[in-house]
Amino acid sequence: MNRHLVLLIGRRFLAAATSLVFVVVTVFAITNVLPGDATDALLGQGATPQAVAAMRHNLGLDRSVFVRFWFWLWGILHAEFGNSLLNGLSVADAIGPRLHNSLLLAGASAAVSVPVSLFLGVTSAIWKDTVYDRVVSILTLGMVSVPEFVIATIAVYVFAVRLHLLPALADVGSVHSLRQFLSAFFMPVASLALVTLAQMVRMTRAAMADTLSAPYIEMALLKGVGPIRLILVHAIPNAIGPIVNAVALSLSSLLGGVVVIEVVFTYPGISGLMVDAVSSRDVPTVQACALVFCVTYLFLTTFADIVTILSLPRGRKT
Amino acid sequence: MIVRIGSFRSRHDRAVVLIAFWLLLALLGPLCSSYDLGAIGSQPVFSGPSPAHLLGTDYLGRDTLARLLNGIRHTVLLCFASTVLSCSIGTFLGIAAVTARPWVEALTGRLADGFLSIPSLLFALLVIAVFGTSTTALIVTMGVIYTPGAYRTSRALAQRIARLDFVTVARARGESTTYIILQEILPNMAGPMITDVGLRFIYSVLLLSNLSFLGIGVQPPEVDLGSMVRENMLGMAYGSPAMIVPVIVIAVLTVGINLALDSSGGRR
Repeated sequence: MNRHLVLLIGRRFLAAATSLVFVVVTVFAITNVLPGDATDALLGQGATPQAVAAMRHNLGLDRSVFVRFWFWLWGILHAEFGNSLLNGLSVADAIGPRLHNSLLLAGASAAVSVPVSLFLGVTSAIWKDTVYDRVVSILTLGMVSVPEFVIATIAVYVFAVRLHLLPALADVGSVHSLRQFLSAFFMPVASLALVTLAQMVRMTRAAMADTLSAPYIEMALLKGVGPIRLILVHAIPNAIGPIVNAVALSLSSLLGGVVVIEVVFTYPGISGLMVDAVSSRDVPTVQACALVFCVTYLFLTTFADIVTILSLPRGRKT
Repeated sequence: MIVRIGSFRSRHDRAVVLIAFWLLLALLGPLCSSYDLGAIGSQPVFSGPSPAHLLGTDYLGRDTLARLLNGIRHTVLLCFASTVLSCSIGTFLGIAAVTARPWVEALTGRLADGFLSIPSLLFALLVIAVFGTSTTALIVTMGVIYTPGAYRTSRALAQRIARLDFVTVARARGESTTYIILQEILPNMAGPMITDVGLRFIYSVLLLSNLSFLGIGVQPPEVDLGSMVRENMLGMAYGSPAMIVPVIVIAVLTVGINLALDSSGGRR
């Protein structure tokens, strides 16, 4: 690898680290600007000043913001996210199994949506301006511009209410056979895949169409390269960078989708936990979930950028 | 002096007309229905369309049309207010980044990068967990979320315009920075920025609908399109208009503006 490339990637990692610091500070700052604090929520309005003072001391709230931030950060680094204000249980314990469920849902959806959208995106770029391309383009534009829950509710309406094919809720707890697995996971996975698919198709198509309009493609055509060889040997290798970038960026929209889909299907994942915590203002849980999401998002965007850097022809030639 | 950058003219005109239509509907719509928003009639719940209730009734037997018109009012006005907020702050900062001292651009650029590294729905959840779901909190939250995007667009536009000859000529003429911003840069940014306003408006409609659908956006007794879908989810089994019509309205609103912005081809 050449030095230029290492420098570029190093700079990208540095930017990611800066963003990570920004995210951690923002999450702490937003949840600590409230005039009141946790004692109000825990003790209620009738608390005596002594009780409040004792509680504040126990929780460490009487120390300065910087000291508290330091302890909070120290806890995060040791996977200690504090205890839920609602039931006093450890937030880390509550998140663990739910994070597993969410990753399963997101992974399964990505496994469906990535190949499908690559196929749709590449083919509609090849057959640009045909009826096929128009249909794909209008459908995906429509799907990009409606909120995620609309797609999920339409799916429920069609498959569960009209056709009676699948249950409307994801009963993940009672999965013992392949049949049960499919019936529990099909709807959430399909909806989430549809949500991410649209954007991925559009970005893949744009990347591929861009490559196909390059002069060397015309040159290859003129020297008599067949259509299949033209796509596989001349176009795809050059489009792979932007396409992988598009895919990774769209996968980060999986995060927004996963929140809504989990709530629609009452899927026991981390975003269901977070939405409940938001309505009950359980700040430690919200903080922890937000951090998990933001770090995942940061990871995906950084990954996308590094793939783009690696795919630059300038970098590949050493 | 005003120049045209790109072929935005017809595209943003159509989007402006559409947004104006929705604003008008938001302002005047609720006046068209004689039903009280919360009035629970003697009608059965989830009834179909009838002469008395043109779109049927909802899960409490209330008139769907009256609630729909009010829902449109909340969705459109809230999102429009937050869009105006984000686009005006974004434009201000974008122009400041180009015309002020270099450290302003370094600082605002870094801040925008930082904010963009937090997914918008997550940021909204975080802020709402702390500040609650008052109308002001929702508008400001969505305004803040879409400011970095508007800032980037306006900075890019201002950079392009500031390099053009007529700005150099104005500087050579000895015009003040204020004059250059107000007379030379801003008028030329207006067109492309309206396309950006349209996009941000769609984004905030999507975000607000999702939040309300999750139960942490607009709260009862107020109603918006997302919360209408949420409260009438049971009606799905009966194919009730109370649940289906708001979904269609959201889709028509966002797809319509998107198509208007997208139709004359070419990307920003």
